[in-house]
Parts: sequence; structure tokens; C-alpha cells
Amino acid sequence: MRLKVNGEFIECRAGTVGALLVELGISAPAVAVEVNLAVVRKQDFGSFALKEGDQVEVVNFVGGG
Amino acid sequence: MGRDGTDDKLIIKGIEFSSRLWVGTGKYRSNEEMAMALEASGTDVVTVSVRRVDLGRVAGSLLNHIDLKKMKILPNTAGCYTVEDALRYARLGREAGLSDMVKLEVIGDEKTLFPDVIGLLEATEILAKEGFIVFPYTNDDPIMAKRLVDAGAACVMPLGAPIGSGLGIRNPYNIKIILETVKIPVVVDAGVGTASDAAIAMELGCDAVLINTGIAGASDAVAMASAMKHAVMAGRLSYRAGRIPKKLYATASSPLEGMLL
Repeated sequence: MRLKVNGEFIECRAGTVGALLVELGISAPAVAVEVNLAVVRKQDFGSFALKEGDQVEVVNFVGGG
Repeated sequence: MGRDGTDDKLIIKGIEFSSRLWVGTGKYRSNEEMAMALEASGTDVVTVSVRRVDLGRVAGSLLNHIDLKKMKILPNTAGCYTVEDALRYARLGREAGLSDMVKLEVIGDEKTLFPDVIGLLEATEILAKEGFIVFPYTNDDPIMAKRLVDAGAACVMPLGAPIGSGLGIRNPYNIKIILETVKIPVVVDAGVGTASDAAIAMELGCDAVLINTGIAGASDAVAMASAMKHAVMAGRLSYRAGRIPKKLYATASSPLEGMLL
């Protein structure tokens, strides 16, 4: 399935947000995910189904003032 | 009044802050330096920004370098120039973090980084209704501070001077008026360049000071963190102790009685 993740088109096998994070090797303690501009709650990562062409943003905390 | 400040806790919406010095986590030379500076500052609240995870490389999480048992994480919306962006970053920050607190920035232009207060007011109202504890970064404008209170802000964060400028508290009189205008806590955010700036903010009666560049940009960030800690404590204690009034002419400290004729 083709997704746009953080501005880049990627090809992935994952069908859910949780599986996508595993596939991308992202295991940071504090990530947030947005699919098509809507925030996905952490507890829904495992069940939130992705579909072809979804725009996904994966963010975490960086240093800031 | 306790002399060590332990009876002087800052509480905002039921959240207790043991330190009146809040510290940003940007611009340090390394995560190790940041961790040492945070320790030296004695702070228990740090600001962070929300940014894309870099898919190309496995980076260590910033949070691995922050003692989460001690520190409260305050996500900001830095870099947001529209209400929509600020709302988006605030919601992501809440989901990534563990609290409803947000340091809300809606920036007006790149050169000054002054807040776009019209957008800020709108975003404050929306986020407060969504249950956020909103700490808006605002101008040193007492009327806007009042409007932010009405919009549901939990505290107001007027700038001392432009972000990263180190110019200190450029308009202490306006800060003083803000303090007399609003009943919620006032936290000076931005502009503090050296310890005396922090002390001045606290002597005015501000409830806390947020510093990032003033610490991270110092030649010795860890030493400056310690200096800021002491300045904030000294300024707060001085405010509570009640300074003497300023007078134009001298008043003798030593008695005139008993002097030789």
C-alpha cells in the first residue's frame, strides 16, 4: 500500500497505524500520529486502519523554547 | 513568610510547580549539556516542540534525556503562524505527551517573532474549550492579557523582549500593569538574557520566568542555569519581602543621637 508519511511517499505492508510504526522502526515513547489531518489516539493505534493514499504524520518532541 | 520559598508554591489549574524558573530545551550544544543545565536550574517544567520524526534515521528521543519523574513537559506551538497550525500542533502535542498543558504561540512574523495576538486569542478560546490548559505567549499588553483571561487562558506569558534577543524586560511598567490587571499567574516568556533580567521580572511580582536562549546560548549554559535559578529565587524573595520605597534624597542609616558636638 502506498502512503504519504511525513511528506514522503512510501510503500508499506502495514494495515494499521500501530503496524506502520513497527514497520518504520519507530518506538519512541512519545509519538503522536495524525492521519488525514485528524489525530489518532494512542489507544487506537492498533485498530486504526490505513488505506491507500492516506496522509500520515508521525511527530515527537524535540528541543524547543 | 518562609525564607526559603518552600511555602510559596505556584499552582496553576491544580498543577503544582515547585520551581518558578521554567526552562526551554532548544539550542543546547548537546543533550548532555541540556540535561546538566536542567539539573542546575532546579526546574520542574520544560518546554518542548512538536516536530516530524525523521524517518531516515533512528534518533534518540529528547525525552530520554529528561527526568520525567521530576519534570512536567510543556509542549509549545512554536513555528505556527496561523490559528489552524497552532491548533494542530497543540492537539498533536497533547497526544504525544501526558498533559493538557500547552504553551500556545501564534507567531506574527519571522523577523520579530512577535505574537499575532488576534490569532492567539482565537486559538486560546478554542483550545480552552477543548479542555487544554492554555499558556499563551503574548505581548506586554495589559488589555490583551485581559482578553486572554476571558478567552480561558490559565496564565499569561507576556514577552520581556523578542524571543532570543536577550534584551531583558523592556517594558517593566506594562508588565506591572498586567500583574495588576489579571488575577491569573503571569509568566515572563522571552527576552531574559542574564540573571538580573530574571530578577527584575520576579521583583515586579511575576509568578515565574521561562528562559531558553538565555541559558542555552550562554558560554557556559550549566553555570548560567544555576545563575538564573538563584536570580529567580532572589527576585521572588525580594518581591515578597517588600522593598523600600525609592527616594531622591538620603536618609541616614546611623543615628544622629550621641554624636560628638
